[in-house]
Amino acid sequence: MTLILPGLLVMTWFALTASGAVKPYQFASPQAVWAEFGQLAASGALWVNLGASIERVAFGFAAALVLAVGLGALVGTSRLAERLIDPTLQAVRAVPSLAWVPLILLWLGIGETAKITLIAIGAFFPIYVSLASGIRNVDRKLIDVARVLGVRGPALALRVLVPAALPQLLIGARIGLTQAWLFLVAAELLASTKGLGFLLTEGQQISRTDEILVAVLLFALCGKLSETGMRRIERRLVAWTDTLPAS
Amino acid sequence: MIAHTDAAGTAGGRGAPAEPAVRITGLTKGFGGQPVFTDFDLTVPRGERLAILGASGCGKSTLLRCIAGLEAPQAGTIAVAGEVGFVFQEPRLFPWLTVEKNVDFAARDAVERSRIGEVLALVGLTAARTKLPKELSGGMAQRATLARTLVRKPDLILLDEPLAALDALRRLELRAALREIVAASDATAILVTHDVDEAIDLGTRYLVFERAEGGVRASEPAAHNAGAPETLRKRLLAALGVKSA
Ligand SMILES: Nc1ncnc2c1ncn2[C@@H]1O[C@H](COP(=O)(O)OP(=O)(O)OP(=O)(O)O)[C@@H](O)[C@H]1O
Ligand SMILES: [Mg+2]
Repeated sequence: MTLILPGLLVMTWFALTASGAVKPYQFASPQAVWAEFGQLAASGALWVNLGASIERVAFGFAAALVLAVGLGALVGTSRLAERLIDPTLQAVRAVPSLAWVPLILLWLGIGETAKITLIAIGAFFPIYVSLASGIRNVDRKLIDVARVLGVRGPALALRVLVPAALPQLLIGARIGLTQAWLFLVAAELLASTKGLGFLLTEGQQISRTDEILVAVLLFALCGKLSETGMRRIERRLVAWTDTLPAS
Repeated sequence: MIAHTDAAGTAGGRGAPAEPAVRITGLTKGFGGQPVFTDFDLTVPRGERLAILGASGCGKSTLLRCIAGLEAPQAGTIAVAGEVGFVFQEPRLFPWLTVEKNVDFAARDAVERSRIGEVLALVGLTAARTKLPKELSGGMAQRATLARTLVRKPDLILLDEPLAALDALRRLELRAALREIVAASDATAILVTHDVDEAIDLGTRYLVFERAEGGVRASEPAAHNAGAPETLRKRLLAALGVKSA
């Protein structure tokens, strides 16, 4: 079922390019894209670029996850921390994240650190916001149970609040990972010598739509795979919820 | 001010003639300027099973929450001797933990952990111990909460309408189980209920709460052994303002 629409799209794509209605410099044919894919794979360029992108997303997302879980748990559990930290973070969040690009380039140059930082900024907020609100919305009745049992402070956070907010955290992480891929493109389009974004710019510079399309399709594939992977993790970790977490 | 005085020492403490299980003096508590309790006194001797009846909203849950330390009184003192356990109206299990882990949540040391199997057997949940709360019926869930409370061997068990969420059959079933379990332990119990028969069945002393202008008015319309259960029932119903048939 899920393959019907993609199949139709590829067929239309094939028909349009084969009939000459669309010129190769506008939109390469499926065969040309497939050939380019084979060539990139054979030369090893595909794996270098794909690997570079995946590595950046992984590091940026991991950094965001660690920071967001720490800060989200702190802000969610402590009123004081909430008043101290949350307004500032919300103000930072209100800035469209790409607006940080010039500043990051000035501070960190155009190296890996800058790219990973940008990706981390993109992934951080969805995770942070869902976890903090997830914790704040934990059923008071469960908290009362813990209080009667003398469980409070850090133990309350660890044993009740964070597990109760886990479904929210995982939803945030899934959105954060999608954001990470989005920001990867931005980072790699700016300046890079490898990565899927580099394939995009290179394809544009040498007017090769087949190369651009290979990169675009790989982005689609990576995005889809990480989304599916995150959903699997969600289903396993929060099997205890009575309803599967909504998307 | 709540003084949770530990039963003198640990194991031997209960034998001490000493203080009652609960002593409330001059309790004043209200919400948003509306008094619920004003200068309220109550003493519950050890081993007593106090059943509290009263109309909805008169302050029964508030009293239990004050005793458990979940609400802070505006004035007065509440002295509780020993460990307090609380069974709420709905099961309130941690949904991410199995039945067994929910009970384990309350266990603080090796001794209490070693008792998990025993309390699960007591409430009849041995076979369901690895189930998640979402897989339990209402009655099973309430049994699991009971097990979680019992694993600490509390000196005082607060029961806030523990059977209210169950259907008639489970209710009778769990009522019988509850009677046995409470009787087998030497704990003091305070039971809040809407059901006169439940109160008669489980209680050894009966308190009827009435909401009044300045706060709850409590009365004891009948003593435990004041004649036949039918007389007791009539008196309690009359105190609740119900014309009995
Ligand atoms: N947290 C709260 N905030 C404001 N008002 C409250 C709060 N808790 C209780 N009250 C009020 O105090 C009064 C007593 O409430 P309580 O829950 O103790 O009644 P109850 O006797 O347990 O009633 P029920 O039989 O319906 O459970 C009610 O009028 C209620 O509205
Ligand atoms: Mg109540």
